[in-house]
Amino acid sequence: MIISGKSWRYGDNIDTDVIIPARYLNTSEPAELAKHCMEDIDPAFSGAVQAGEIIVAGRNFGCGSSREHAPVAIKAAGISCVIADSFARIFYRNALNIGLPLIELGESVNRFKQGDDIIVDAAAGKVKNVTTGEVFQAPSLPPFIQKIAQAGGLINFVKGTQV
Amino acid sequence: MGMTMTEKIMAGHAGLSAVTPGQLIECNVDAVLANDITFPPAAKEFVKIGKPVFNVDKVILVPDHFTPNKDIKSAEMAKIMREFVKEHNITNYFEVGRMGIEHVLLPEQGLVAPGEIIIGADSHTCTYGAVGAFATGVGSTDAGAAMATGKAWFKVPSSIKVELAGELPRWVTGKDVILTLIGKIGVDGARYQSLEFCGAGVASLTMADRLTIANMAIEAGAKNGIFPVDTVALNYLENRVKKAYQPIMADADATYERTVKIDLSQLQPVVAFPHLPENVHAVSDIEEITINQVVIGSCTNGRLEDLAQAAEIFKGHSVHPDVRVIVIPGSQQVYLDAMKQGYIETFIKAGAVVSTPTCGPCLGGYMGILAAGERAVSTTNRNFRGRMGHVDSEVYLVGPAVAAASAILGKISAPGEVVA
Repeated sequence: MIISGKSWRYGDNIDTDVIIPARYLNTSEPAELAKHCMEDIDPAFSGAVQAGEIIVAGRNFGCGSSREHAPVAIKAAGISCVIADSFARIFYRNALNIGLPLIELGESVNRFKQGDDIIVDAAAGKVKNVTTGEVFQAPSLPPFIQKIAQAGGLINFVKGTQV
Repeated sequence: MGMTMTEKIMAGHAGLSAVTPGQLIECNVDAVLANDITFPPAAKEFVKIGKPVFNVDKVILVPDHFTPNKDIKSAEMAKIMREFVKEHNITNYFEVGRMGIEHVLLPEQGLVAPGEIIIGADSHTCTYGAVGAFATGVGSTDAGAAMATGKAWFKVPSSIKVELAGELPRWVTGKDVILTLIGKIGVDGARYQSLEFCGAGVASLTMADRLTIANMAIEAGAKNGIFPVDTVALNYLENRVKKAYQPIMADADATYERTVKIDLSQLQPVVAFPHLPENVHAVSDIEEITINQVVIGSCTNGRLEDLAQAAEIFKGHSVHPDVRVIVIPGSQQVYLDAMKQGYIETFIKAGAVVSTPTCGPCLGGYMGILAAGERAVSTTNRNFRGRMGHVDSEVYLVGPAVAAASAILGKISAPGEVVA
């Protein structure tokens, strides 16, 4: 899958409470969650984000709560992919399970600025910063993880492997 | 090659003789947990798989986050859980009035045992490492799938050995141990890893201390935190756990990625400043920080021992005129025991409110939301921006003794400033 879009740039330790504050967790409706996505760290985000755009963040993205509402809110807001230095583990699982592509790029994320044009080949883990011309390669994913990603998430994967 | 506790438990549940860090495996799970926030999406995913519940005794459902229902939408979520319980004959459901905060309730009721694998759609599921189980938080989809299959996939984590020596001084507790550790290694210091606690110091820690420590392993990014099953643990488990279980010990030649040593006798009461649990300072080192609210409770510090500590400090004192104090026993049993011990009366006489068990204020749900510019001292587990209310409010994380002392003096204070 080839994804292209402008970047939204955030720092380290973006926690699930700022991705989707718990005061909105009395629903799990994706469109409703999207309205409040990133609200406590970037009130402009949900009103301005365009379908297909990409979040680029620092270390430990998605730390904190196990709320799957966090990747759901990001995906429903229109974000096509999250690139980070590193991800918190529950967020990583949740994103994979609901079919939100993630790219773990290490310190290379520092080569991206707000509004850069980016092209991502999610399956190959290849990222191009079109604005600067630089190309980056993420470590390849284990085949098992790739299968879940290709199935579009865990439920399809489980259904596909059911005897 | 030897294995760590976590590796051994995982290998056993995957039907393998050995596993190594980084290996992807599928494990049978002994319990799947969800709460009123994470259950409705889990149920949706469960239904898509089209299979019955894998074991009606091994799916544990606890409405604790927004209950007693804080609004209509929350009431609808709790109703989804209640109807699912009836439809699928789930045995381990705990209704309001018979419940507790999930991670206080499950160990108390003997639902988690040594050597087991427990996954829960709640990040603080790692609490059960205190009884020598491999327990970790997952999202709703993982929980929903496991409710149907009884299985979950894992990447075997590498382990950090946390070697504890000595005994804690008076008024220093499990909360100070885990906050000190997080301060040392950082909020991603154990990311994707297991924290395995060991050493001569473990024996002096109460089960309440261990549950608090394992509870906040996630705040260092860890997949799980786990304690050896010693006499203290076995005594706690006796008369609680009715099922058979097999404690697992780490091999003497197990491999650890690194070792962190903590001398418990050198620790002092600490506080984590906003907006990360790693911003840890000794209470004795800080400037005056006045406060508006104190919360004592949560899955981290809502046990009887926690309330006992707070009550001992409140006894004969009053809450500072500028401070509101909210005490939340972690379960109905804790509430009842605290009442019998006279703690509840002490809290009320001091000028605190005592609430029914709920996660409420910890995650900014209800029952103590902060206004802009307000500061709370809290025995909960996270102090992220906006965690307990307005985005411009602040949360300072502490243990119950510091919370009580701070409530009396109106500023963040060490217990020694109020009692001997």
